[in-house]
Amino acid sequence: MIISVASGKGGTGKTTVAVSLAFSLGSQAQFLDCDVEEPNGHLFLKPDISVSEKVWATVPEMDEDKCVFCKKCVDICRFNAIAMAGETTLVFPELCHSCGGCFEVCPENAVRESRRELGILERGRSGEIDFVHGRLRVGEAMAPPLIKKVRSCVDDRKIAIIDAPPGTSCPVIAAVKGSDFALMVSEPTPFGLHDLKLGVEAIRVLGIPIGLVINRTGIGNDDIWAYAKDQDIPILLEIPFQRKIAEVYSRGGIVPEEMPEWNESFIELYKKIQETAQK
Amino acid sequence: MKELVILSGKGGTGKTSVTAAFAAIAENKILCDADVDAADLHLLADPDFNESFDFMGGGLAVIDPKKCSQCGRCVEVCRFDAIDAEFQVDEIACEGCGVCVDLCPEAAIDFPPQKCGEWFISNSRLGRMVHARLGIAQENSGKLVALIRNQARMIAEEKKMDLILTDGPPGVGCPVIASLGGASRILIVSEPTVSGIHDMKRVAELARHFKIPAMVCVNKFDLNMDQTQAIKDLAKLNQIDFVGVIPFDPVVTEAMVNGKTVVEYEKPSEAAPAIRGIWDEVIKKLD
Repeated sequence: MIISVASGKGGTGKTTVAVSLAFSLGSQAQFLDCDVEEPNGHLFLKPDISVSEKVWATVPEMDEDKCVFCKKCVDICRFNAIAMAGETTLVFPELCHSCGGCFEVCPENAVRESRRELGILERGRSGEIDFVHGRLRVGEAMAPPLIKKVRSCVDDRKIAIIDAPPGTSCPVIAAVKGSDFALMVSEPTPFGLHDLKLGVEAIRVLGIPIGLVINRTGIGNDDIWAYAKDQDIPILLEIPFQRKIAEVYSRGGIVPEEMPEWNESFIELYKKIQETAQK
Repeated sequence: MKELVILSGKGGTGKTSVTAAFAAIAENKILCDADVDAADLHLLADPDFNESFDFMGGGLAVIDPKKCSQCGRCVEVCRFDAIDAEFQVDEIACEGCGVCVDLCPEAAIDFPPQKCGEWFISNSRLGRMVHARLGIAQENSGKLVALIRNQARMIAEEKKMDLILTDGPPGVGCPVIASLGGASRILIVSEPTVSGIHDMKRVAELARHFKIPAMVCVNKFDLNMDQTQAIKDLAKLNQIDFVGVIPFDPVVTEAMVNGKTVVEYEKPSEAAPAIRGIWDEVIKKLD
């Protein structure tokens, strides 16, 4: 089973919930941090990393000796990654989306495959939990190819828990697509509700069943409950705003580890996810 | 004219609440919400959506079954697995590269440009504002960010405004890169947590990469004094200007629920004077 933990708004407690769920499930869990721009799961799970590999995007490189300046590569590239001025060809690898069009159309085999570093993929273990994350290279714009690489590490025999990036655009889709369940985490504030609505719309495009965790109850107002009822989204867990929880989080602690009374709540959460996903 | 871009790396540290509070204090400025993916500034600024424009992104492959000979060339060349064995295009997987369009021997694939969102020029409670809404599950957020920043700049120049106040997106990827190029300075709103620090380091590194001077403040600093000190130390080590701290204050959320920034809200708070103090520091650094 693949469970994506998503939110729309950042900072609502996605990582807290994903890490706590993985911790409570123990050896059954695989944790995959797909928030490659700002991966935080490792700060809590503190995994022993056993494999660390660079992930590359395929980009073009020109063989000046073979190029006859026919401009076919320039014409097919929708991302302006190749330009030609007279008899000079310029490649802008950072703009390349790795579509491979230039390789296909070059009649002279003058476009060679080169590569651009996207970031790194690391795998390891945190206690009994399998751990995978991607770290986007700072300065790299394109997160989705690295996210897809992290996603390709899903182990079918485990309960894969995906910590998704915030927002509603292509990185979220890349992370959540193909999941069996989307667990949305939000908070009862106007910003939290507004972005939850956007997040739910994005997940619905993918046709994945949704459940909600409301974090920091006690702050804000009641609108999020009304929204969940109206949209028929089951509320699977509520976590009150408590200074103790905020404090555990702030120094990189795992809530059910330091506050064992929460262990049962997260196991219960998993059961509810199973039930909801089967409906 | 200066542009201040407010970033955080990590989401939910209070970027938008701080930006909106600055907007309530600053004069002769324009607001720009560059978090086009999950824009929230309008919830506090209450803009009138006076002028709205479509944001057109790239094309989407559309196969005409009447012309298609099912030769399989498109499936073969697509590196995004966006065309299945029945020659149906997966709209979400399609990258908009157009390679199938150009290489289809039957010219059976059309490539209509897609509306990827909308952007707006508004008058708001907090002043003139340029903002946007990226379509759900869309790409090209970087382009939309670049577009609205450019619009904000043009209006600011025309109206002889002193400042563009830009609320940035979380992360360090495409939309963040698009939000900071050419900015005068960035302000990182951090929080005293291991995640807040980790993510602040990455966004500071990005700012350095693009040679934009950075400042940092800590929101909810009293939730963990050790981590707040760690942020101060880190700022010093990396030549980032430390411009102040904001205490955890439930009045900020209460003001938000009432559609106001904390500096405008009638109830006294500890956060409001702290934000005013940070603003004074930021202005000094900007000048």
